[in-house]
Amino acid sequence: MPLDQSFIGHTYEFPPYLVGREKIREFAAAIGAGDPLHHDVEAAKAAGYPDVVAPPTFPIILTMPALWKLVFDPALGIDYSRVVHGDQRFVYERPVVGGDELVVVTHIDEIMFRSGNDFLNTRQEVRTTGGEPVVTVFHKTVVRGDNA
Amino acid sequence: MSLVNLELGQVLPEQVFRVTREDLVRYAGASGDFNRIHWSDRFATSVGLPGVIAHGMYTMALAGQAVAVWAGAADAVVDLGVRFTRPVPVPDTDEGTSVSFTAVVKSVEPGFATLDLTAVCGGEKVLAQARAKIKQI
Repeated sequence: MPLDQSFIGHTYEFPPYLVGREKIREFAAAIGAGDPLHHDVEAAKAAGYPDVVAPPTFPIILTMPALWKLVFDPALGIDYSRVVHGDQRFVYERPVVGGDELVVVTHIDEIMFRSGNDFLNTRQEVRTTGGEPVVTVFHKTVVRGDNA
Repeated sequence: MSLVNLELGQVLPEQVFRVTREDLVRYAGASGDFNRIHWSDRFATSVGLPGVIAHGMYTMALAGQAVAVWAGAADAVVDLGVRFTRPVPVPDTDEGTSVSFTAVVKSVEPGFATLDLTAVCGGEKVLAQARAKIKQI
């Protein structure tokens, strides 16, 4: 069943996420990213950063739970078992670093019903609690229809 | 590492990443994504998958890592986007599977280059429209 298009333009806010130095190290280690910028505070400082630098896909740790808030919104009525991750994109103002306290606002930019499937396009603006833009995260979700 | 200067049309050397079940468990813990399709064969097959598959975001993270190596700096990526087209099945063996990445320089502008990436697992492309914009000299 097509999703309710009146949800286009809705926004969802998520409480602040404090980026931990050890979380960056753990995430970097899990993806085989051994560069000192991710692990060594002195190396990060020498490169002009206040603390270790997160790898490019690190923000998924906070943007995915923020997206679930929308996917599990009973008013929108998405059948989670039919959700497929379609596209993902990160557009940076600057890298995420240890100590950042980040707020995610999720915007529903587009809802389309095509060939029996729903397509839900979201944009997540990730800023510091001080209002500095850090990264914009685009996510395309496909909700498979009955025949797909 | 330091930034490099890439030329339009330049083909970047292939990078191959081995992916095992252990890697998926570690990524699940690091990322907080505990979806059972990434660690339970019983669950994965019950929803029509061939077995446990890698997190799409793990494959994307490896793409980001490959780009950082080509770019010569771990903080070079300013834009990274992919479309997930095929799952990456990860058998429960010591070898697991592997994903290989190649790239070609699609455009250059002062201070930046844009790469078109290809990610292959088991002879099949697993990402489409995979693109990265990086800082360069």
